[in-house]
Amino acid sequence: MKLSVDGLLVYFPYEYIYPEQYAYMLELKRSLDAKGHCLLEMPSGTGKTATLLSLIVAYMIEHPETIRKLIYCSRTVPEIEKVIAELQNLMVYYERHSDNPPAMTGLVLSSRKNMCIHPEVSKEREGKAVDGKCYGLTASYVRDRHEMDAETPICQYFEGFSLEGKEAALPVGIYSIDDMKEFGRSRNWCPYFMARHAIAHAHIVVYSYHYLLDPKIAQVVSKEMSRESCVVFDEAHNIDNVCIDSMSVKINRRTVERSTNALNQLTKLVQEIREEDTNRLNEEYQRMVQGLKDATVQRDTDMILANPVLPNDVLTEVVPGNIRNADHFLSFLRRFIEYIKTRLRVHHVVQESSAGFLKDISSKICIERKPLRFCAERLSSLLRTLEITDLTEFGALTLITHFATLVSTYTKGFTIIIEPFDDKTPTVSNPILYFSCMDSSIAMAPVFSRFQTVVITSGTLSPMDMYPKILDFDPVVMSSFTMTLARPCLLPMIVSKGNDQVAISSKFETREDTAVIRNYGQLLVEVAKTVPDGVVCFFTSYLYLESVVASWYDQGIVDTLLRYKLLFIETQDNAETSYALMNYVKACDCGRGAVLLAVARGKVSEGVDFDHHYGRAVLMFGIPYVYTQSRILKARLDYLRDQFQIRENDFLTFDAMRHAAQCVGRALRGKTDYGIMIFADKRFSRQDKRSRLPKWIQEHLVDSFCNLSTEEAVQLARRWLRRMAQPFTREDQLGISLLTLAQLETMEHEKLERQAQGKEGVGGEVQEL
Amino acid sequence: MTTSSEDVLLQMGEVRYKKGDGTLYVMNERLAWMAEHRDTVTVSHRYADIKTQKISPEGKPKVQLQVVLHDGNTSTFHFVNRQGTPAMLADRDKVKELLQQLLPNFKRKVDKDLEDKNRILVENPNLLQLYKDLVITKVLTSDEFWNTHVKDHALKKLFKNQEIGVSGAFLADIKPQTDGCNGLKYNLTADVIHCIFKTYPAVKRKHAENVPSKMPESEFWTKFFQSHYFHRDRLTAGTKDIFTECGKIDDHALKAAVQQGAGDPLLDLKKFEDVPLEEGFGSVSGDRNVVNSGNIVHQNMIKRFNQHSIMVLKTCTNVRAPAAGATNGSDVANGPLGASAYTNGKSSSSGASTSKHQATESVQKNPDEPQLKKQRLIEKIHYSDLGDPIIDVDAMDRDTMKMAQLDPSKVERYLNGPTQHHMYDNQNDLLNLDDCQYKLIRNSENWLNRNASRSVITSKAAVNALGELSPGGILMRGFQEQSAGQLVPSDYHRELRHLYLSLLELLKHFWKCFPPTTDEREAKIQRMHETLQRFKMAKLQPFENRAMHEISPLRTSLTHHMNKLLRTSNTKYVTWKDRKLRNNR
Repeated sequence: MKLSVDGLLVYFPYEYIYPEQYAYMLELKRSLDAKGHCLLEMPSGTGKTATLLSLIVAYMIEHPETIRKLIYCSRTVPEIEKVIAELQNLMVYYERHSDNPPAMTGLVLSSRKNMCIHPEVSKEREGKAVDGKCYGLTASYVRDRHEMDAETPICQYFEGFSLEGKEAALPVGIYSIDDMKEFGRSRNWCPYFMARHAIAHAHIVVYSYHYLLDPKIAQVVSKEMSRESCVVFDEAHNIDNVCIDSMSVKINRRTVERSTNALNQLTKLVQEIREEDTNRLNEEYQRMVQGLKDATVQRDTDMILANPVLPNDVLTEVVPGNIRNADHFLSFLRRFIEYIKTRLRVHHVVQESSAGFLKDISSKICIERKPLRFCAERLSSLLRTLEITDLTEFGALTLITHFATLVSTYTKGFTIIIEPFDDKTPTVSNPILYFSCMDSSIAMAPVFSRFQTVVITSGTLSPMDMYPKILDFDPVVMSSFTMTLARPCLLPMIVSKGNDQVAISSKFETREDTAVIRNYGQLLVEVAKTVPDGVVCFFTSYLYLESVVASWYDQGIVDTLLRYKLLFIETQDNAETSYALMNYVKACDCGRGAVLLAVARGKVSEGVDFDHHYGRAVLMFGIPYVYTQSRILKARLDYLRDQFQIRENDFLTFDAMRHAAQCVGRALRGKTDYGIMIFADKRFSRQDKRSRLPKWIQEHLVDSFCNLSTEEAVQLARRWLRRMAQPFTREDQLGISLLTLAQLETMEHEKLERQAQGKEGVGGEVQEL
Repeated sequence: MTTSSEDVLLQMGEVRYKKGDGTLYVMNERLAWMAEHRDTVTVSHRYADIKTQKISPEGKPKVQLQVVLHDGNTSTFHFVNRQGTPAMLADRDKVKELLQQLLPNFKRKVDKDLEDKNRILVENPNLLQLYKDLVITKVLTSDEFWNTHVKDHALKKLFKNQEIGVSGAFLADIKPQTDGCNGLKYNLTADVIHCIFKTYPAVKRKHAENVPSKMPESEFWTKFFQSHYFHRDRLTAGTKDIFTECGKIDDHALKAAVQQGAGDPLLDLKKFEDVPLEEGFGSVSGDRNVVNSGNIVHQNMIKRFNQHSIMVLKTCTNVRAPAAGATNGSDVANGPLGASAYTNGKSSSSGASTSKHQATESVQKNPDEPQLKKQRLIEKIHYSDLGDPIIDVDAMDRDTMKMAQLDPSKVERYLNGPTQHHMYDNQNDLLNLDDCQYKLIRNSENWLNRNASRSVITSKAAVNALGELSPGGILMRGFQEQSAGQLVPSDYHRELRHLYLSLLELLKHFWKCFPPTTDEREAKIQRMHETLQRFKMAKLQPFENRAMHEISPLRTSLTHHMNKLLRTSNTKYVTWKDRKLRNNR
């Protein structure tokens, strides 16, 4: 349908529209108009992606000077592919229904692992191996060598691309990963580099968070994006963790050993080269003197060696004199590694700031801050000069230089913790140095400052006031939408006690109590008995899952469970879990029904949808708090308290509840879908937990459902299931949770009238829709 | 002593029958028992009547022998030798062995074939009628009847028997009981054994390898109950057990299957991460999950639960695989996993070596993988209530192409159209009905606006049409014959039906031979033609004659159609013959 959103003509590629989609468009348009950032929560399964895309594309057509580019970031590869499919759908709609369809180019950028079409390289399964092999075929000096000596293998696709591809623009269209590959094959161009090249010109870019948030990658991939861009972070409920992960480093004894080996090897290589050809080293030295920003030709293919530093002023500076010479640099590194080695030789936990670390290092081994900052850049330059193609051996050394650069660049928001042993095994010495980022806004800040509009959206962002604080930004629009429903298709319940009235809770004191575990088991058995098809359960941690399953086996609960449904369990091995998942889906498809036990914060809870019969009920056993004894977490909590005035408890509860909501939200993926959500912990019924659930779940969680026993919950579920199993057609929804264009227009009209009469404030819109 | 003059082959004293002591006689042609101090035989079974003999299991306090008769009756003899159990056993075994030798000689030589045929005829009244009409009247020979006319039927029958599924909890259903002292007793039924074999092919193989030769059945199962299959928390490594190897085979098979991948891009967790964090990066605050508990027992148990469920599931997907293709695409709600995934799962069941081979094969990427992935994605972005997405046109095309091959499961239903009942039962149809209704209403709104002058038909013409449609009108001519049906006496009715049945069956085979491409076919045409002629002489004409006499008003009209059918086939035959002769010349 073609609809007008606040005066903007939007092509929406479906016949009908949900009221909340329309409301979402209104809010989104408002923030695009204001050129500011926004935070929007909309329940999963209400067509968020389609809404976002159709509005922003329409906006780009209408106001090409305001928004030039859409950068859509999502988390997993399937999500990314879904976005592209939606986009293709939208463009087909434009073609069919618009007089002059927009000439827009949209494409995916993914890692080499997913995009490579080289017959041998693409066979590698590990991302890193593909990167390494690709680098070995495409690095600038490899290609130079090939010109001298035709025997040196190179990649025909990359050559094809660099010959013709750079000048030619990608034909207009929307390219999924497979389309890119197809196109690459037909033209003999490398799809990966084609995509890297094309994202600078494309109107719509879809890629993973890391390309924008991880400074190492962002610097290389996303540096030429214009300010007039709209950046969308979909599924953004975990965005702070992504930011933190990309800037935290962990060094253990093995890292140090490996980097020492690598260093020895480098020294040998430098020696050899000096004997053969001193010119090369001299050239490098000259380059250092002139400044690092040399030929960008090389940079194209050398992404793996990127620098983790952000500030631009650093990169314009010249490399300090004491590390310009290769030998000097190597001995410099050797000293640094020795220093880390001594630091790892501790008997008690040490925690210090970056500043303290720098001071210590300068007093002990006389290493200044400035050369440390250039460590990463300097090493990559050296590796290039030495023409090393196989980088796998130098991973540890690169890590150490990255650490050096990070620690000397950022003095605030980071902490260094050295633990001499694991808490569980205090007798085994296993020292680890954690360089941990505590402030997620550090990685986010450049994104917010660089781009005009950043949209942060997900199905579960409640409580929403937390995100502006921890990401340190000012949203112009902050909204949470509920789900308008023609029938109550979700049934959230809090089960706080078993049939024997024993309170169930995963809190530390009662976690291993047999009565609690038995009650959890009985709850699951009852649910498996009542609910058809798929049932998914989430545990708070993998350790807890393991011990509960073991007790269930002893108590015979597993056997009873098997009488009703098949049992599948998430393991720590991804491949195995994928296979179990596939069989779970198969069991649901063939009508046999199955139970899946999974872990909150695990891969399953983050990336797999259990729509329709794949998840008719989701159980959350306990509140998924993080492991609070971790020192890193404690440091982060302290930091949050000091810097952002966030109380420890608030943050922990916020974190736990967003994961819980994420887990239960997996079951409901649309309005025709229906699912039961059971929160099995007494603590969920407390106001501070309950109120932190997303609005669309809270709305259906009435007081009488908040303190149920197993039996009561099953009774309710039975009655509700009977109701849900009735046929549900589009006509039932029309006018309530689904609108035709005509209905939308009349509604809009009425609202305007009412506003004119002054009966309704503007603020009421969202709720009313 | 005995009433007959048969030789007594074995006489066994101290045998109890129905609480009475007595003597058991094994004779030439029968088995007899006589109570003590009597001279009449109380029990006497002819060997020909005995179906099997059974003996009490070892270790039971009572030593018994039971004979089962063909009519289902049984007689149980209890051996009570005073010298103790070994003697009782010896007595029993003597009788048993002798019987074992004797019984086969008296086994009724029942022709299995004949029995089958009889069964088929009894189960299918239609066939029985055909048999009566065609074979008994010598229109067809018996062989011909069985070979041509019943063959399809028998084949169909063979495939119909339904596989029994495997319950997920079949191992839990074997409830161990204490046997008084410090032991456990497991009750194994044939069903459970069947389930175990079906779910764990490795165990079945072990059973086949070991049981008769290396160990008795009971020992095998004892070992099974001690193995990890039954106790999931036991580790396999280390113990010198036949099932350790089974465990390894299972693990191998699983590993190979895991290697093969999930098949569905949306479920493959390995491929979720686009750009993995570099080694050494990442914080530990959130990743408590990564911490390994180190509890191998628990981890093994979890693995075994998964394995068990997967194996159980596999037993039913093997059966289902052919059906999956048919349902694919017909119902959106039915789920995205199409036929391909089913077949994927199927392939990995066959042993470790073959699945390893397949795993290497599947590394070569499936050519239509992108297509499949695309289809999955489109399914994912499809909101059934928002309306259809537009891009799946190409996907739809493929679907319709797949659907173009018609394979009606119930031919009658296909020919008759859906019955009322089904129409309301099926939600999809209901939706269509609603659509239709909606369209009808929309159309009918326009009707009101039409002028009277543009009405569809004049009233005069309408009255005429009604007249023609009433009995006696031009359009109702064919109706007479039906009404005539009431005039025919019921026995004629029945006979007529039988005639039709037979004739149509024969004609079916006659027409099936065209075009005659092989000599075999030609011979068959010849044969069928003769058969048809015979049928006409033997069945049709007598019937006609009788009908002529008894219900003269109808006479030829009854057999008119049949004659026409015969004539047509005859003409066809003659033309074919002519042409053939001409060609030969």
